[in-house]
Amino acid sequence: MSEHAPASPAPGPTAASAPVAGPSGSRPDGIDPRGPRFGAAITLVLLAAVLLLGAWPAAATALLAVVVASFAVGAFRGVGHTWQGWVFRRFVSPRLAPPTELEDPRPPTFAQLVGLVITGVGLVLGLVGVSAAVPVAAALALVAAFLNAVFGLCLGCEMYLLGLRLRAGRAAA
Amino acid sequence: MRDVLVLVAVLLLATVIGLWWRARNGRYTAVDPLLVAGAPSTQADDTRLSAAELGSPLGARATFVQFSSEVCTPCRRTAAVLHQLVSEHDDLSHVEMDVVAHLDLVRRFSIMRTPTTLLLDARGVVVGRLSGATDRRHALSALEACPGGVAAS
Repeated sequence: MSEHAPASPAPGPTAASAPVAGPSGSRPDGIDPRGPRFGAAITLVLLAAVLLLGAWPAAATALLAVVVASFAVGAFRGVGHTWQGWVFRRFVSPRLAPPTELEDPRPPTFAQLVGLVITGVGLVLGLVGVSAAVPVAAALALVAAFLNAVFGLCLGCEMYLLGLRLRAGRAAA
Repeated sequence: MRDVLVLVAVLLLATVIGLWWRARNGRYTAVDPLLVAGAPSTQADDTRLSAAELGSPLGARATFVQFSSEVCTPCRRTAAVLHQLVSEHDDLSHVEMDVVAHLDLVRRFSIMRTPTTLLLDARGVVVGRLSGATDRRHALSALEACPGGVAAS
């Protein structure tokens, strides 16, 4: 292939700031993408504690209820309005460099809804007597929170387009 | 003790998934060259895209068709990488398609996530796709795999 182009600047974080023509039009205010990742790390610790409390089912269920409540706030009020988001803004973000790019809050908010459904089903089943549902739901949500916190992979965000396709499919049907 | 083992197993599983995802993300997957060579010339199917459908002329050598959603942060990064690459070559082109506005194309090409970038040759035949956030290295390796000798027809 012909590489006759003049020496090109290395791609890097600077490239991201270049003006990009695309479908990206007006959008809600961006959030620091490290916020949801930090929140996922807190959720990760809570869910690990749920698993470790296997010998005390009542405590495990109560802790899972805390996680469910946090996901509910994130899903319905936006990912930035969770208590984890507050901790991040109050204590973590002032100690970090300003973010190099901002993220649209909608995919991580959608991911909170996915987390709410998984842990919510586990909590409800646990409360009606299916005690195995609590650790299973905690383990599933733990995998998702770990991938988000450690690898920056947001499973709920990856599912965003799938959700869009399903909704459009139903509307067309 | 059993709980600790369960926790360790779950964390190990998550690590394996994460490493697998990271290794695959953004990588180029080529379409079988035989299928590319035998692609029908005019039909609107999942083997090709026309300039009219793109709303933009095809590149003389290759075209990157990036499917993005308004809400996708890695899409913006990928768009910046491809925009930069295309600006250095006269025979390349980059078109960004919004998935909400082009759900028909999303279905036609079985796009499951954003960003997904189709690589078209000079005829508009799909020669491969990049799935996930794409960096310059991924894009260059895709171009290398693109049969650049295919004449515009």
